[in-house]
Amino acid sequence: MSQTAELKEREQKLQGMGTSLLRKEDARFIRGQGSYVADIKMPGMLFGAIVRSPYAHARIKGIDKAKALACPGVVAVLTAADLKPVKLDWMPTVGGDVQAVLADQKVHFQYQDVAMVLATDRAAAYDGVALVEVDYEELPAIVDPKKALLKDAPVLREDIVDKKDLTHGPRTHPNHIFTWEAGDKAAADAAFKNAPITVREEILNPRVHPCPLETCGCVASFNKATGYLTLYVTTQIPHLFRTVLAMLSGIAESKIRVVGGDIGGGFGNKVPVYPGYVVATVASIVTGVPVKWIESRIDNISTTGFARDYHGVGELAADKDGRIKGLRFTALADHGAFNSHVSATKFPAGLFSICTGSYAIPNTYCRVDAVFTNKAPGGVAYRCSLRVTEAIYLIERMMDVLAQKVGVDKAEIRRRNFVKAEQFPYTTGFGWTLDSGNYHAALDKVLKAVDYEGLRREQAAKRADPKSPTLMGIGISTFTEIVGAGPTKVCDILGVGLFDSCEIRVHPTGGVIARLGTMTQGQGHSTTYAQIIATELGLPASDIVVEEGDTDKAPYGAGTWGSRSTPVSGAATAVAARKIKDKAKKIAAHLLEVAEGDLEWEIDRFKVKGNPSQFKTMKELCLVSHTGNLPAGMEQGLNAVAYYDPPNLTFPFGAYLCVVDIDKFTGEVKVRRFYALDDCGTRINPMIIDGQVHGGLTEAFAVAMGQQLPFDESGNHLGNSLMDYFLPTAVETPAWETDHTVTPCPHHPLGAKGVAESPHVGGIPCFSNAVIDAFAHLGVTHMDMPHSAYRVWQKCNALGLNKR
Amino acid sequence: MIPAAFDYHAPRSVADAIKLLGQLGPEAKLLAGGHSLLPMMKLRFAQPAHLVDLGRIAELRGISQVGNEIRIGAMTTEHELLSSKLLAEKAPLLVEGAGWIADPQVRYKGTIGGDISHGDPANDHPALMIALDASFVLTGPKGERVVKADGYFLGLYSTQLAADEILTQIRIPVPAAGSGWSYQKLKRKTGDFATAATAVMLQMKGKSVAKAAIGLTNAGPTVLKAREAEAYLAGKEINDASLNEAARLAMKICNPTPDQRGDADYKRAMCGEMTRRALQAAHARAKA
Repeated sequence: MSQTAELKEREQKLQGMGTSLLRKEDARFIRGQGSYVADIKMPGMLFGAIVRSPYAHARIKGIDKAKALACPGVVAVLTAADLKPVKLDWMPTVGGDVQAVLADQKVHFQYQDVAMVLATDRAAAYDGVALVEVDYEELPAIVDPKKALLKDAPVLREDIVDKKDLTHGPRTHPNHIFTWEAGDKAAADAAFKNAPITVREEILNPRVHPCPLETCGCVASFNKATGYLTLYVTTQIPHLFRTVLAMLSGIAESKIRVVGGDIGGGFGNKVPVYPGYVVATVASIVTGVPVKWIESRIDNISTTGFARDYHGVGELAADKDGRIKGLRFTALADHGAFNSHVSATKFPAGLFSICTGSYAIPNTYCRVDAVFTNKAPGGVAYRCSLRVTEAIYLIERMMDVLAQKVGVDKAEIRRRNFVKAEQFPYTTGFGWTLDSGNYHAALDKVLKAVDYEGLRREQAAKRADPKSPTLMGIGISTFTEIVGAGPTKVCDILGVGLFDSCEIRVHPTGGVIARLGTMTQGQGHSTTYAQIIATELGLPASDIVVEEGDTDKAPYGAGTWGSRSTPVSGAATAVAARKIKDKAKKIAAHLLEVAEGDLEWEIDRFKVKGNPSQFKTMKELCLVSHTGNLPAGMEQGLNAVAYYDPPNLTFPFGAYLCVVDIDKFTGEVKVRRFYALDDCGTRINPMIIDGQVHGGLTEAFAVAMGQQLPFDESGNHLGNSLMDYFLPTAVETPAWETDHTVTPCPHHPLGAKGVAESPHVGGIPCFSNAVIDAFAHLGVTHMDMPHSAYRVWQKCNALGLNKR
Repeated sequence: MIPAAFDYHAPRSVADAIKLLGQLGPEAKLLAGGHSLLPMMKLRFAQPAHLVDLGRIAELRGISQVGNEIRIGAMTTEHELLSSKLLAEKAPLLVEGAGWIADPQVRYKGTIGGDISHGDPANDHPALMIALDASFVLTGPKGERVVKADGYFLGLYSTQLAADEILTQIRIPVPAAGSGWSYQKLKRKTGDFATAATAVMLQMKGKSVAKAAIGLTNAGPTVLKAREAEAYLAGKEINDASLNEAARLAMKICNPTPDQRGDADYKRAMCGEMTRRALQAAHARAKA
């Protein structure tokens, strides 16, 4: 065997970074051997079911439990009055507000939790729910956030009416939560005053819900003898969850164990601490037996973490060639009934100020006004880092609006404004330092791949043909993401910094167990992290086990959301592995009787420079590290733990292009082609990245084309089951074409940036831009999502395009 | 969600099922495929005290031809319709229509009789039955009666089926040789009910229409038979003008309910569009 072939074989054996190793977790999942919260059965376990409000806004005049308590199997009915003695009828929120655990005096949104029925089985619990009699006095509801701050608007939150601020600055109205600003308003205003071209558009990101396949739920088990609480729960943040539970319950954090188990999709929906978890926990503490609570689909869509509901206004000022000279973006944010919006403490509007996107824009200003309405609380879910989708949607839409006003091509307007490759690291007007990028190259690669000029020619021909039954639209999105929260100097939740962790233990025969502070919900962590360790330590990925989610086992970390796992925990993994490798090198030097400096690393071994027959494989060193044959004073073992505090966030980017054909007579939008080029820096597992991109694009397609939580004027849900709520199946989902460039992150130990959210953030504006582009020649500059057949037909009809 | 408690009965013959219905009275509901009833029970919108499952009655299944008539047992599943060679040859409209119903999982359980008996104008079979000029065999304590599809549907969830009767069989006259057919359905997504849908059977004589039969799904409180459009088309050639007029006449009788699929204007327009497309497709398939 030649030397290169031998090296190649050794490298392939590891299945480390860069290889498309099949997902280690799938062997279990495809055999139906996952273990989800709903699968857990414990002796004596009770089931909790929640009585929910039929009204969006009402006063509770009384709750009669008698009939429910008489129902066979029902053990207890808990209401706010029962939670008061343990001070858990209300709970503080991460957003500086308080939230009713069970409705106290009033309900503030339809389906709000009013009581929990505990019963010996699930059917009896639901029988009990039907028998709890709640006397409501309906009150006028606020559904439209634009009406929340009117002078005569009904006051929603009587409980905090005297609070002058909710930790994010002064409140100007009882329904006002905060006003947040960034940038330089005076400079932006001046830029607009002097600009030859300005554009303005009102752009809505509608209220949507990520609707993970598994709904939320938990099994709470309190052991009265030991005072030890175990909570099996659908959470993306097991360690922070434990901290919150300790704060809420007064139980020592050391006596609380939170177990994430297998999670059937999260997308930010499983970050918050929901009332159901808290009531189930109280119920277990009170009864001394385990209590299980599992949401129905309607409960999940109606009450848990939604996304968006951002009513934006975008404004750009430019010179006559379309070079942007100023940006003003504002948004009215509907946070629902409680400010339980999860974000890093210093960022009440999340990372909205990433709204300059991929462009070099001076004179920037943005502002978000958050208000209460009679809808479920939340806002930051759905595959994006805290309001990034809203921000990027605005800028990517506005770039198209500007191109139309200036009269230049939509690719060209982007080229004229991109941050140039040589400008990185580039600090935006809002102070974010974009780590690395090559935007021109990415866009050009996409345009060439799809024959952009040819597509535009075809479109021009279609537009010229009055008999064409279809409209053709071409959408471009050249987005920059901000992920990997985040540096502890700016990012914390409840005072806990958003670092993350990895602990690696190497066993004598070379098997490895790694435990991390993140929590997989389907991202393939068991595979990706194993591949990082495989490459770093020269041990095969197949023998590397990854564990997450059990707070008794894993080191502390902030969990998985905001595409932070690879940027933060992936880095921690590399750092921990390198600590081990450093120690192994010392052992190798000792065994080979050379100085450390005389050794070099080659795939899976240390060898003596210039004397390749002298080497020690990592596998050999694993065993030696467990003997007494070690350098003087060295302890046994090859173990390490790393806590990684990222110096900056990471900024993945991409260039997407979408071609749609619209049926003028039905309004149906058919996606003919979608080409997605992603640059997430160093690529660890190309197959998993492709899978993430496919999933993110599919969810982007869902949001752009069909998802919206509709309400009537009284705040009643009009589409909260899968009958109406759009979850695309394989039938609706377009075929995705993926591509990539690699611009490594300069501050990440592996150069990786994270990818899961890019296709969602970048995909949504791409679909919208394509649909709107189909009407652009008719003077249309904007249409709000979702681009359902009904809504697109209305546009065709208004423009008279469907005349026979 | 969990349904309220109920008793479950699984008779093995039509006679036993009818006897049970008589004994249990109005608190009993017939269970066919269950894909409309069970969701309503899970939401506790329906709380029948008894379910009489027709799933184990062998005589209610199967597809056959007797003389010039196709006979389909009411408990025949959509999947069985889709895979029937007899239907593919003699009544392909039914196969095409069944393929538009829900998704494969539902079609393994959902039945033609359940779809018809539910009386939901959003279901697909009623319009197919209208276009195919089907009749239904209703079996009760006093024996059988046969009623035409046209006239069977009385209102929302209301049909001629009496509380003590079971729809046991669907009878379809074998369409004339050379007939064209089409079911055009607009829906938001897989598994959804129609925003609008039209079933068409079309016989041509030379270049002119000999006979058109048109059923409209989800366009009013019941399935609608587009009589004026049918009458207008007789003797006409199929061209832009006649298609437009037929679509207009179909739209004229629509009274759709606004919902998340769209408002009445959109649904009416889509009824016209589906009618137009169904006529065009049927015309392309028809042999004079």
